[in-house]
Amino acid sequence: MNELAHRPGSMPGFRSAALDWLYLAALLSGAALALVRYGSHMDGYDTAILIIHVPLLTAVGWHWKPFRGFAATVALLALAAIALYQGDLARADQTFALKYLISSQTAIMWMSALVFIATGAYWLGLIAGADFAERTGSALTWVAVAMGTTGLLVRWYESYLLGPEIGYIPISNLYEVFVLFCLITMLLYLYYETRYGTRRMGAFVMVIVSAAVGFLLWYAFSRGAHEIQPLIPALQSYWMKVHVPANFVGYGAFALAAMIGIARLLAGRGILAARLPAERILEDVMYRAIAIGFAFFTIATVLGALWAAEAWGTYWQWDPKETWALIVWLNYAAWLHMRLTGGLRGAMLAWWAVIGLAVTTFAFVGVNMFLTGLHSYGSL
Amino acid sequence: MQRGTARDLFELLSSMRFAISLLTALGIASIIGTVVQQNEPFNAYLNQFGPFWFPVFETLGLYSVYSAPWFLVILAFLVLSTSLCIVRQTAPMLREMRSFRERAREVSLRQFAHRSEFSCSLHADDALARIEDYARANGFAARTDRRPDAVLVAARQGSLSRSGYFLAHGAIVLICVGGLLDGDLPLRAQLAFGAKSSTSAGQLIADIPESSRLPESNWSFRGNVFVPEGRSNRYAVLRLDDGILLQTLPFSIALEKFHIEHYDNGSPSRFASDLTITDVETGQSFSHTLEVNRPLFHHGIAIYQSGFEDGGSSLRLRAHSLLPGHPARQQDIAGAIGDVLPLSDKGYAHTLELTEFRAFTVEDVVPDPDQEARQGSVLTQVQRQLGSGAGAPADKAMRNLGPSFVFRLRDEAGQAREFHNYMMPVERDGAWVVLSGVRDSAAEEFAYLRLPLDEDGRLETWFSLHGLVFDPARHEQIASRFAERSLPGADEATRTRLTATARHVLDLFAERGYETVARFIETTVPSDERERALDLFLKILNGLVWEAWAIQHEQSGREAPILDEARARYLSNATTALSDSLLYGAPLYLQLLDFTQRQATVLQVTRSPGKAVVYAGFLLLILGIFAMLYIRERRLFVLLKNNGDVLVALSSNRRTVDVDEHFGRHVDALRLILDPAFAPDTPAMPR
Repeated sequence: MNELAHRPGSMPGFRSAALDWLYLAALLSGAALALVRYGSHMDGYDTAILIIHVPLLTAVGWHWKPFRGFAATVALLALAAIALYQGDLARADQTFALKYLISSQTAIMWMSALVFIATGAYWLGLIAGADFAERTGSALTWVAVAMGTTGLLVRWYESYLLGPEIGYIPISNLYEVFVLFCLITMLLYLYYETRYGTRRMGAFVMVIVSAAVGFLLWYAFSRGAHEIQPLIPALQSYWMKVHVPANFVGYGAFALAAMIGIARLLAGRGILAARLPAERILEDVMYRAIAIGFAFFTIATVLGALWAAEAWGTYWQWDPKETWALIVWLNYAAWLHMRLTGGLRGAMLAWWAVIGLAVTTFAFVGVNMFLTGLHSYGSL
Repeated sequence: MQRGTARDLFELLSSMRFAISLLTALGIASIIGTVVQQNEPFNAYLNQFGPFWFPVFETLGLYSVYSAPWFLVILAFLVLSTSLCIVRQTAPMLREMRSFRERAREVSLRQFAHRSEFSCSLHADDALARIEDYARANGFAARTDRRPDAVLVAARQGSLSRSGYFLAHGAIVLICVGGLLDGDLPLRAQLAFGAKSSTSAGQLIADIPESSRLPESNWSFRGNVFVPEGRSNRYAVLRLDDGILLQTLPFSIALEKFHIEHYDNGSPSRFASDLTITDVETGQSFSHTLEVNRPLFHHGIAIYQSGFEDGGSSLRLRAHSLLPGHPARQQDIAGAIGDVLPLSDKGYAHTLELTEFRAFTVEDVVPDPDQEARQGSVLTQVQRQLGSGAGAPADKAMRNLGPSFVFRLRDEAGQAREFHNYMMPVERDGAWVVLSGVRDSAAEEFAYLRLPLDEDGRLETWFSLHGLVFDPARHEQIASRFAERSLPGADEATRTRLTATARHVLDLFAERGYETVARFIETTVPSDERERALDLFLKILNGLVWEAWAIQHEQSGREAPILDEARARYLSNATTALSDSLLYGAPLYLQLLDFTQRQATVLQVTRSPGKAVVYAGFLLLILGIFAMLYIRERRLFVLLKNNGDVLVALSSNRRTVDVDEHFGRHVDALRLILDPAFAPDTPAMPR
């Protein structure tokens, strides 16, 4: 993908290159600071995961320039929240900036509100052809991702304020992974937005993010799911930190592909065809999303198997969640075969991507609702 | 002809269409296994599906889909199809990877979707050198073909993309084969060919026949080891269908202590076993604390903390008789969890099966969050969401109800009821009661008998009341005392009438409690007077129980009680408990006096020879997928004609949109270096 780094006409200037190095320097010094100050509390895996993040985030930021600003903003907001907390959880209700801006729940609520507004703006832009509305949608989506990411990071810190033995990475229950799902889907979308230079697909992608936010709000308001609950022993593992995010790159990408699939199907019937990008562009985005999703989903499933081998004594035991992960994997494996080797294009593949989302959704939420098994991180 | 059929078969099996069909079949088969719970005891299936479907589903292998023959056949076909596909593709792919296609003719280059022409103003040798440099600088390997009228530079990059195909498809084969080695196929093979057979669960280890024991040398197994505290075990139990096999281990595992730690909210935070492992052959031993997510590897066997159970906690119990006419008899019993004890008295001969003991009984007492959350306006609800993710301090969702135990009482006919008795009292509606749950089968919820504590904090008063109220020989005495107290100055006839009524109420109540009283009122009193009658009857009943209480006080040589609010509440609770005790379904109540807990750890032990193969497959799979999806094979052809014309063509194995862009940049860049006069619209910097 390396030649996509610079879109035609965007010659990397001196300023951008300087920012690249500044970005790397910030990442390096952040990691170094963490190692020096907190290294004694970290085991080998924590250290390894921290160090791996430096090249990983560097690659993402260098390859996709807007990510640098995003990472910096999120880091500053999270650090500000930590500074405001002063190690006392009660300050979440006493400090204005925490209570109404950057404590974890507030930040996630901001994300939720912004997602809805951004969705509206994208649709306004698409239907009325208003460039300004689309720009607004795009900007709001960026802010929503920044707030949501800040929310998760601050939640991570808050969990440790509840008690050092309670603290955990907030991607461990259904509420937290839903936030993660929204963030990853939006980030992937924003990447394709810059990559393809069109904001016209936002209206469709943001619909699925809005649906996820709707679920999230219901889950928090009605079930109190937003409360930090300590981890049961089976989930206390460093594998969580890699297995879950990889999985959600998969879920997010598949959801995005399905929404683009819907756009492609509508365009194929002449609905919004004049406003949406060309069909072959939509198909290309759909392919790219499924490809990246499939690659990460494979990694996630493999990591899950390695974790299962450690926690349950076997890398595969046909637990419903595992089995449905396999079904999702088989589905997209078949999809990719049909496109790459079978040469299939058009509405058929779009339909397939949409149906794929149904399968993915079942694997993601349905299994927890209808089937019993070992993946006990969330029930409805 | 024969050759043709074999060829057709090969074509079919190695075709992508066939592979896709297999993927679909595998997906659907897998769904079945998630819908039907796998590897449950057969009795559970019999209950679930009934006697007609149970054997049908058993034949279809739906209770262990993933080791059913037909499922393995699908897997085998997948392995075969993938292998044949690799075989079929190897030669052409290798050829493709090696070839530069430098013999490509101008005519065929003109067929390319991506092609462009311009003219070159440089000297031919200079131009060729520049093209070759350009190709090299941009990550292409190039080969030059000189022709009479032209020179062709055939360049390619990303040939490794094709190796991804071999890696990924080879990985599938490796994973399937490794998985088969670790599944229960080896065990089933031993059963089929090795004169081994599974036996029924629930036997003593010593009773298990040699034919159901597997030797230490067994190279693939997965089973559970059960070790109570203070004991040791060197046998793992392997479950297969509805039976078990015993796997002998090369070491014995002794458990010193099992630890459970909890968070403040009552959910568990840590499970750990302090183990001592002793090699049977050498006698060498070592200690190890095993935790969840931290397996131990020894002699090629992995040991995991898998669960815990009761390891035979010893209980001291007191049986209080609930039989009418056997006032307040007590009997002390000592037993351990897992024991089956005879329990008989005048009128019954039951067996007591002690099944479970819990030192903590954590109960969810959180108020219904749905209701709580719905209170207040939208604004206050949002307000409540703001702030940290920590729950409000009042939301301590769990409460520890203290020690409790579960037992079954089996009557002479073999019918069993299950009971769940708590040791400590709990506060219910302002009064302290001791809970005892009862149910007829595991499928039901427990119904609770609430025995009230008396003023001394004991149950004894209630049992005395029970003895008096349900002893027919006492009814006359209680009734006449009640009449005397209620109508102190009345004449003989009125008192006799009240005594008779009271006696009748007591007889009715002694039959089936409130139920018979209510039925009597329903059948004999006209509907508009029923409420008044019920009220009267309940007053009489309360008075009667109060009288029984007074008698009990007299008997124990204490002063007669004086009615106050606390006693009135006790009276009401005691009466309700008396009524409920008639539906309790046991001739006695078992009170837990004291216990010594002994826990047991459940460890999973596995030997999985296929693990390394599967892991290798995982690695290849990931490498292969990334290679296939993200290494792009590109072929760039630059035909430099002697007359100065240049033809540029590009081909790619992925028809993605960025190929256009990529091609455009190559053309611009090549034109820039071959034709200095050319100025593109935008500066391009392909890498």
